[in-house]
Amino acid sequence: MEAPRIMGYRRENGRVGIRNHVVILPVDDISNAAAEGVGRIIQGTLALPHAYGRLQFGEDLELFFRTMIGFGSNPNVAAAVVIGIEPGWTDRIVQGIAKTGKPVAGFSIERSGDLKTIAEASRKAFEFVQWASELQRQECAMNELYVSVKCGESDTTTGLASCPTVGNVIDRLMALKGTASFGETSELTGGEHVVKAKAATPEVAEQFMKIYNQYNEFILQNKVDDLSESQPTKGNIRGGLTTIEEKAFGNIEKLGKRTKFVGCLKPAEAPAVSGLWFMDTSSAAAEALTLWAASGAVLHLFPTGQGNICGNPIMPVIKLSGNPLTCSTMREHIDLDVSGILTGELTFDQAGDKLLNLMVRTANGRLTANEALGHREFVMTKLYRSA
Amino acid sequence: MRDFLIHNSQDNVGVVARDVKPGETLAGETIDKRDGFRLTARQDIPLGHKIALKDFKVGDTVIKYGEDIGKVVAPIRAGEHVHIHNLKTKRW
Repeated sequence: MEAPRIMGYRRENGRVGIRNHVVILPVDDISNAAAEGVGRIIQGTLALPHAYGRLQFGEDLELFFRTMIGFGSNPNVAAAVVIGIEPGWTDRIVQGIAKTGKPVAGFSIERSGDLKTIAEASRKAFEFVQWASELQRQECAMNELYVSVKCGESDTTTGLASCPTVGNVIDRLMALKGTASFGETSELTGGEHVVKAKAATPEVAEQFMKIYNQYNEFILQNKVDDLSESQPTKGNIRGGLTTIEEKAFGNIEKLGKRTKFVGCLKPAEAPAVSGLWFMDTSSAAAEALTLWAASGAVLHLFPTGQGNICGNPIMPVIKLSGNPLTCSTMREHIDLDVSGILTGELTFDQAGDKLLNLMVRTANGRLTANEALGHREFVMTKLYRSA
Repeated sequence: MRDFLIHNSQDNVGVVARDVKPGETLAGETIDKRDGFRLTARQDIPLGHKIALKDFKVGDTVIKYGEDIGKVVAPIRAGEHVHIHNLKTKRW
């Protein structure tokens, strides 16, 4: 198979995006009001309020900066305006994003106040938006897109239909030297030996098991019961999943049959080369999607059973489901119905063809369900309490 | 139309592809080998939930995807609903 052609935005650093956002990034929670102010004044910009950015330290602070800089650097972002309470950390994020070569500017509120900051940042956002609106899409190849995969509100149909459909596409994209990432560390529990066996080298396998065991230790230290209703979730259980092991084996179907993963990433870390990568993430949808967008993923494939409606502000999320009840009762949330696999009307290859076709259309500009419905969950992973 | 699906020929549970009623005779097949399988449902089982393909006693292991998905904590007869009331994780 030859890589399908798509129409994307080739950025200053050569990376390919499929959306053209101008983002207004608040550095911290208390700068949300100014960022949202700019977002209301300048049409075509996207303010990204969030809950953190103050008094974080150590590894948690490093993850915060990686997430913020990664979001601004994502190829789906044309330009970024950064607004923080003080100039130091604001500039650290501006300098990080500037390494991509894209337009970025920072503003800080202390010694100016919200109103003056909003006025100045709005003038810059105005300039960025007019510049970005003239950028043209150009022909690129599908394997230039970095894709992430994660399921949510899974049930038994995800393991039967939607996850193996994603696995089918992952096998094809990886054969074309594409780049992709999976994660959900805790949700591999019971099937970690299967994931370990999919590592490309013994070193990668050991690295994966080390990360997995650390996450599992953390759960064992903090749990007060068997986590039933948290993991599996109440929705998973309603859909027929009983144990974490059962949920894990369905989840792992997304990794394909032939593909080996080439390395392990820290949360929000960008893959260095092409191939399938494991990223250490939570299994909570909004948190995990935010980490992948911050690592540079431009498109996400999201199998769901009971109907997880999560989206992301800058990375389109393609939802697919094999549950006929979900596909009929939550139609506006599901981009691709693969319930024909359950009835025997659709093979995995046919479902994979449909998903690839939808990926091309989405890359070319078709809005996903989450984009059309305004699901823009931007949720940072917080490793521990602030100082 | 298949009434239930089995991931792997080693599995001892299947997944019903529609809501089923007690007394119904169900046709199932495995995904990997496409073997036919017939079974009578003993309980109401909603779409997507598991059905026992054999009798289980407490302490038995439930196999799905050809893998261990947990331990039986209450006796189960073939055709009954397998879920949180009779199956628990071995991990957490």
